[in-house]
Amino acid sequence: MNEARLPEGTAPAPAEGAPRWPLWEVFVRSSRGLSHVHAGSLHAPDASMALRNARDLYTRRNEGVSIWVVPSDAIAASDPDSKGSFFESPQGKDYRHATYYTKSEGVKHL
Amino acid sequence: MARNVQPAGQPAPQNAMEALTPEDAAGQENFDRIIAKDSRVEPKDWMPEAYRRSLVRQISQHAHSEIIGMQPEANWITRAPSLKRKSILMAKVQDEAGHGLYLYSAAETLGTTRDEMMDALVAGKARYSSIFNYPTVTWADMGAIGWMVDGAAICNQVPLCRASYGPYGRAMVRVCKEESFHQRQGFEILLELANGTPAQRAMAQDAVNRWYAPSLMMFGPPDDDSPNSKQSMAWNIKRFSNDELRSRFVGMLAEQVKVLGLTLPDDEIRFNEDTKKWEHGPLDWEEFKEVLAGRGPCNAQRLERRRSAHADGAWVREAAAAYAAKQAAKQSSTNAQKAAA
Ligand SMILES: [Fe+2]
Ligand SMILES: [Fe+2]
Repeated sequence: MNEARLPEGTAPAPAEGAPRWPLWEVFVRSSRGLSHVHAGSLHAPDASMALRNARDLYTRRNEGVSIWVVPSDAIAASDPDSKGSFFESPQGKDYRHATYYTKSEGVKHL
Repeated sequence: MARNVQPAGQPAPQNAMEALTPEDAAGQENFDRIIAKDSRVEPKDWMPEAYRRSLVRQISQHAHSEIIGMQPEANWITRAPSLKRKSILMAKVQDEAGHGLYLYSAAETLGTTRDEMMDALVAGKARYSSIFNYPTVTWADMGAIGWMVDGAAICNQVPLCRASYGPYGRAMVRVCKEESFHQRQGFEILLELANGTPAQRAMAQDAVNRWYAPSLMMFGPPDDDSPNSKQSMAWNIKRFSNDELRSRFVGMLAEQVKVLGLTLPDDEIRFNEDTKKWEHGPLDWEEFKEVLAGRGPCNAQRLERRRSAHADGAWVREAAAAYAAKQAAKQSSTNAQKAAA
């Protein structure tokens, strides 16, 4: 399936001129009750400074009440090429949607 | 998000004809489908090497423009006429720094590191918008820049929110949200000066006169002299041609300048009823090329300032790294103690 990231220690060595500080992905919760949403990324030497940088960079206008920072290389992502096989095909599974059930049309509160 | 776009030390084939592996063929097919559907390309997707290179060039130049663009306005922060204006100008310049950072992180998703981009800028190898190589000689220039330079940037950037490369489009959405304050505060500065003393009014008019042509040239060379535009539009990166955007912008200025009670230094501005497009007088493209080639009034000064700012900030970067190392050491000794207990 090939969607998992490389096991620890097998990642390619950083190329010449690679960033001196690790990259962090920033997620911002815009208000209580909502999910954190990916806002962008930044470089910082550690998590606490990444949080401060994220506050200055992504919430200059009260855009958030909470921030997550995650080291970019800690994120495992699905492989875009496996779209067909990795994500379940909705083909022939209309019955998972309420719109499939038409006989109850017109029945109140259903 | 994921950046493993190219295995390190293994450059992608420069010429698609050289190595059209089955993966490349399938990738190209998928890429073509995405573009045809006007959908978005994301970092981990296969993309033609030329598309990647073209994006890296455009996004990094855009980022550099935001970063260098802080300088002409920072020039007036200490001399802003009131505390309110000073706070506003500082917030605007800080926004431009933010725009640069959003864009650098978008460019990084294409496999180019921030340090490579920074190094290219500081070494004078990278381009940025020629507009920022003009001097800011009066306070009214803060007004003219906000109104016209940020105004032109908005015209350019709004369609880029729909650029086919996802991270670029998303960065532009964020940028555009912030830009409208930039343009309005500039307009307000000019409006106040235009309604002030005769000297203030003259200062406002002088600033508009000087920034008008350079701001029109921000859209880039005329269409018949813009070789990259066609390909960029075919890839859905650019949505409108340079001349199209410039014409729209002139139309907006022509209306807005009336509210200011000032004039534009161009008596050939008119709305062409046949083409339904705004037209303007000739622009000095020789000057544009000279400034872009590094021979503008402030090129050397801007680069020198960027270099010294980077060098002056070295101790901050070192201190932050030392602090992070110390915190990590503290943490691991605490962990060891806990494990031993
Ligand atoms: Fe900006
Ligand atoms: Fe701006």
